[in-house]
Amino acid sequence: MSIEFKADNLGDGVKSGDVAAIMVAVGDVIQAGHIIMEIETDKAVLPLPCDKAGKVTQLLVKKGQTITPGQAVLMLDPVAAGVPSMNGGAKSSATAAVASPPAKTTNTVVATSAAALAKAPLPASSGRDLPLPAGPATRRLARELGLNLASISGSGSGGRITLEDVARAAAGSGGGSGRVVEPPLPDFSKYGEVERVAFSKLQKTSANNLSLAWQVIPHVTQHDLSDITETEALRKRFVENAAKGSPKVTMTVLAMKAVVACLKEFPNFNSSFDSAKGEIVQKKYFNIGIAVDTPNGLVVPVVKHVDQKSILELAAELTELATKARDRKLQLADMQGGTFTITTLGGIGGTSFTPIVNYPEVAILGMSRSQKQLQLVDGNVTERLMLPLSLSYDHRVVNGADAARFTVKLCNMLSSAFSMLIG
Amino acid sequence: MADSQTELLVLGGGPGGYPAAFEAADHGMKVLLVDEGARPGGVCLNRGCIPSKALLHIAKLINESHEASEWGLTFSSPKIDLAKLRDFKNGVITKLSGGITELSKVRGVKLVAARGTFLDANTVELKHADGKIERVSFEKAIIATGSSPAVPPMFQLGDPRVMDSTGALELADIPGSLLVVGGGYIGLEMGTVYAALGSKVTVVELTSGLLPGADRDLVRPLQKRLEKQFAALHLNTKVEALKATKAGIEATLAGEGVAPKMTFDRVLISIGRRPNSKGFGLEATGVAVDEKGFIKVDRQLRSSVPHIFAIGDIAGEPMLAHKATREAKIAVEAMNGGKAEFDNIAIPAVVFTDPEIAWCGLMEHEAAARNIEVKVVKFPWAASGRATTLSRNEGLTKLIIDPKTERVLGVGLVGVNAGEMIAEATLAVETAAVARDLAETIHAHPTLSETLMEAAESVFGQATHSYRPKRS
Repeated sequence: MSIEFKADNLGDGVKSGDVAAIMVAVGDVIQAGHIIMEIETDKAVLPLPCDKAGKVTQLLVKKGQTITPGQAVLMLDPVAAGVPSMNGGAKSSATAAVASPPAKTTNTVVATSAAALAKAPLPASSGRDLPLPAGPATRRLARELGLNLASISGSGSGGRITLEDVARAAAGSGGGSGRVVEPPLPDFSKYGEVERVAFSKLQKTSANNLSLAWQVIPHVTQHDLSDITETEALRKRFVENAAKGSPKVTMTVLAMKAVVACLKEFPNFNSSFDSAKGEIVQKKYFNIGIAVDTPNGLVVPVVKHVDQKSILELAAELTELATKARDRKLQLADMQGGTFTITTLGGIGGTSFTPIVNYPEVAILGMSRSQKQLQLVDGNVTERLMLPLSLSYDHRVVNGADAARFTVKLCNMLSSAFSMLIG
Repeated sequence: MADSQTELLVLGGGPGGYPAAFEAADHGMKVLLVDEGARPGGVCLNRGCIPSKALLHIAKLINESHEASEWGLTFSSPKIDLAKLRDFKNGVITKLSGGITELSKVRGVKLVAARGTFLDANTVELKHADGKIERVSFEKAIIATGSSPAVPPMFQLGDPRVMDSTGALELADIPGSLLVVGGGYIGLEMGTVYAALGSKVTVVELTSGLLPGADRDLVRPLQKRLEKQFAALHLNTKVEALKATKAGIEATLAGEGVAPKMTFDRVLISIGRRPNSKGFGLEATGVAVDEKGFIKVDRQLRSSVPHIFAIGDIAGEPMLAHKATREAKIAVEAMNGGKAEFDNIAIPAVVFTDPEIAWCGLMEHEAAARNIEVKVVKFPWAASGRATTLSRNEGLTKLIIDPKTERVLGVGLVGVNAGEMIAEATLAVETAAVARDLAETIHAHPTLSETLMEAAESVFGQATHSYRPKRS
């Protein structure tokens, strides 16, 4: 008899996800814990392990399909599971022959349910495969505001989502100032060939978060240059002499350490603004998010408790997170709990930029490409390596003078590696 | 070179096409509405919904005039003036069709009676009834070419006595006997008309029940009544061949307890409808069509060619006029940059037999097939005061409820006026009303609509006029 496997847990608070990849096919025999699919949620791409062992008899979802927690995603035949694991490769054919009558029975069952599935207008599921409880006017409003109705909880009878619920959700995400709705686009194809490329769920999430931050936070960016000639020389020497396979200490890692020292001195930079209560929530922990550019979009994994870790430990952890990010293996927990973000374009170029604060944080540090410049030192023109820093902050929480002080301290720390040791 | 150009071409003037043209004109678009018929309105108005309802109205009157003797009112048998009856039906069509023409005029929609054939994705060739040919280039198009009755080659005898729904509606005569092939809604509606006019009607249905796909609880009262009105209802029966003879159309039938050969004066083939996607140059536009012949569209009714939309029967099941009209509004809004999409939860279906059958939303058998847990409540019309005054207590009101939230997921109705009553039910399903919303809305007394209120009451308590003993 085939049994259903349901995707019960898609992560905390996750109400739906898209099937990004299916790693098993009908006929595959899997062990418990086998990763069967990758689910792209609005936060990350998560591996979906199957907690049961058996032979996959039917896939109930397709790539690209949106699934909800508790939805059955595949059928598997637990009887068939033992066969290869008991016998290993060569002998299994004989056993398979013996096992074939029950397998046949299974096939019949599957065929029947497949026929039922084909008839049903929506994929069969054991659970709450119902349309969202909202009337046409409510659905239209949500669509026009670009809100996902599934993420809005209904206040009406039976969980019905009302127009007011949608309006409230829009106000919540738009900072109460009313969200600007983009006017319709012109028909670009009038002027030449165009191609429409779908946004991935990840891109949509980034886009929403960035718009939100831009609309809610009055942004100011403080620019400065840090003379990192000596620090960079020390860093290079350290990296060259480091044992093979030891984690790479980059300027970003050093910046993390320096930033934490600054955050300790200026606690408002390590806070969130609770506008409803009119309070600043200062955090006594120091978790630094690092923006990582991946082929699938921008993600921000978070290094936790940076203040309690050595530079080498931070370097190792950052390397691991960046790899996970590029391989789309980040877990939700890897991206939560940040208090400040660092984004670097140093590997690419540029002299300065204005990063957008990662809401609900209140500040973000942008690092551009360090460059050799002529500087006057003690009346002599000398070549110095200068790192451009751009600190964007929430002007509601941080005033300009403090931002300048923060940036100056940061520049000084990065200039003098010694200060980082005692900072 | 094109002889003229337009912003929007709407091909097909049925209940999808003309509302689309009107909506687009109201949006300020320059619209050309092309329909090959002499009168706009499509199948629905000319050869479908409207004329059949005119005839069913007459059929109902005839039936009630017989039944009235039970209530102490005896009429002499009605005299049927077929020519005048046909005139009434045609008059209805002319009146409504004239309305469309008039509305086109006042909205500035250019209505052209011609057959349109696509030459490419931006050009259509129009062939007028007088043979004149012109080419029009368009920026955008809405294809609303509808569907046609499906008649398999084995039934195409080239004999006028074998009819499709169009032929049946022409009402050439009142045949002594009529074979209806297919027990779907068209067959049963037309069978009802002919039976009332005096034909002996035999219905043959391939599957095990009338109205395949409809809830069995709803079909039962109808079937019981039709068994009295029709000469015979043969289920699980196949028409293997039709042969034209001098005496009539000889049908070879295969089914249990059915005479293998029977001869009928006329035969109506009503086994389904097919989308009209061939014969008007659709291939030249590059628009993708699925294996059944429906144009593939997204939720905004946009085809694979972004400036061409498709609505109504040609854009997929269910092939219902009111679905087409809703799609018309969405397509026009979408092509003007709006965010409209077809997200409707409930598309009402109505069978205009007597009693009528209507339903919307999730049905009990669908919930079972999709493994959705539901609570089903039924309110029999035996407990309805209004139904009793009409002497029509066979009806049933059935609600499909989400047990967790008591939300109304689906409604099924059978009984007189079910087709009008389904409106309230559809509103309830579409707006995600819960049982209490229906139960605590005051319904006028005495009306059949009270059965919806009372059915809803029994979701969480007891209906006033129906008592279910508590289980101890």
